[in-house]
Amino acid sequence: MTRQRVLRWVLKPLVFLAALGPLAYLTWAALTDNLSANPISDITLETGTWTLRFLVITLVITPLRRLTHWNDAIKFRRMLGLFAFFYGTLHFTTYLWLDQFFDFSGIAKDIWKRPFITVGFTAFVAMLPMAITSTAGWIRRLGGKNWQRLHRLIYIAAVCGVVHYWWLVKSDIQRPLIYGFIVALLLGYRIVAAVRRRAPRPAVASGSSASADLLRRPS
Amino acid sequence: MLIKNAPDIPSSEITPERLYLRRREFLKAAGFSAAATVAGVFTADCGADAAQTGPKLNVAKKTVTLDEKLTPFDDVTSYNNFYEFGVDKDDPSRNSGKFKPKPWSIVVEGQCAKPGTYTLEDILKPHPLEERVYRMRCVEAWSMIIPWVGFPLGDLLKRFEPNGNAKFVEFTTIMRPDEMPGQRQRFPPILPWPYREGLRMDEAMHPLTIMAVGLYGQALPNANGAPLRLVVPWKYGFKGIKSIDRIKFVDKQPLNTWQQMNAGEYGFYSNVNPAVDHPRWSQASERRIGEFAKRKTLMFNGYGDQVASLYSGLDLRRNY
Repeated sequence: MTRQRVLRWVLKPLVFLAALGPLAYLTWAALTDNLSANPISDITLETGTWTLRFLVITLVITPLRRLTHWNDAIKFRRMLGLFAFFYGTLHFTTYLWLDQFFDFSGIAKDIWKRPFITVGFTAFVAMLPMAITSTAGWIRRLGGKNWQRLHRLIYIAAVCGVVHYWWLVKSDIQRPLIYGFIVALLLGYRIVAAVRRRAPRPAVASGSSASADLLRRPS
Repeated sequence: MLIKNAPDIPSSEITPERLYLRRREFLKAAGFSAAATVAGVFTADCGADAAQTGPKLNVAKKTVTLDEKLTPFDDVTSYNNFYEFGVDKDDPSRNSGKFKPKPWSIVVEGQCAKPGTYTLEDILKPHPLEERVYRMRCVEAWSMIIPWVGFPLGDLLKRFEPNGNAKFVEFTTIMRPDEMPGQRQRFPPILPWPYREGLRMDEAMHPLTIMAVGLYGQALPNANGAPLRLVVPWKYGFKGIKSIDRIKFVDKQPLNTWQQMNAGEYGFYSNVNPAVDHPRWSQASERRIGEFAKRKTLMFNGYGDQVASLYSGLDLRRNY
């Protein structure tokens, strides 16, 4: 098999199945009474955490690709981003259905009055246009540049996701802190990369970076 | 106060605790048609259950009952907050195995005639144990019905002869980082340890306020605050400080741990109040553990008839 075929018929299906793992576990645990005494809270927490994790994993792709020169990493990005949206949708549905039981006036009040729900909802809304325009057709229609701009919404989704988690906990901020740190690192990388790209490079610096590039290449 | 007549059968018979404990096996067993499998599950589990249950307590009387379904024993003992053992709901039951509730002593100090260090036996000896079935409303908007075993806190406090300056009473949870992993966490610490709580003297002397030593007719599991803890049923659950090793009579309103942590969200009183929301979530309704639809939260957790008079003239919106 060629590398592209391995990617398409082996690696991608494997990642796809792995990404369904959390849902499979939740379903199994719910059906076999292996969740806690408050299953709705467990489902809410698990689907929310996995949304954030997939957002982080999706944000890892670009730096990973740049730093390792493993260009095929890009082939997984759409799928991982869509899984973030998938778990986000489950999370939001859990809230709408199991938690609030479609009490829309209560939900509207919640979104308006509770900052942690406001930011969580913002994160979800930010993911929507990305999910819709995730097809090749939409990339064509929007044009690469616009499409890329639109998909920077993931930065907002990730930051809002972390804040949502942070504002939700009572005093146990260790986990939100860890996610916050990782997201800060991933966004920081992009800021540094953008500044570098924009800065007019002195000849010496560009020369040295080119040679560094050469050094990294396998000879 | 409203105390219903106690039925003359022990709690363990009112609530088929064994059935509750085994409901999961029941469900699993239902999946198999073979009667032999069912029988096997039953016989295999009887011994295990007996081993898990703590020492039975000698409960003299049932003083408070409720017409509400008890929350199953293993939900009460495996789903709760006790940050000394970790922040997840199952951490207390999973991480409290090393904790030693015996021997135990309690330091009594402050504005009273009989301060000193008392052993647990000293503390418990004069008090006949009662069963009190109370609602427990967590500040996180979930609730349970728990058959506590204990005695009125007021009866205990009177023995130390608090003086006229004793306006409040402060309680402290034991500090044992070696046995309580939550107290060891750094970066950042979960709470400023040790955990502290306080009551106004009249709240502490109120007949509904108890010092609990057990639940479901048996000694408190470590996860639920062994060997003794406070239960104040009209306040949010976190007021029910666990594993108490210090009682202090003071003249000024003490700072409780959650208030110290975030005074804008947690007050001194922390009375259950559906009209005053937590800044980040509504307190108007709650999820009873084991139920799907939410219930309306009751003012003072349904104990208004007995306790509302304690707060007449107090702005409960400001004094949350």
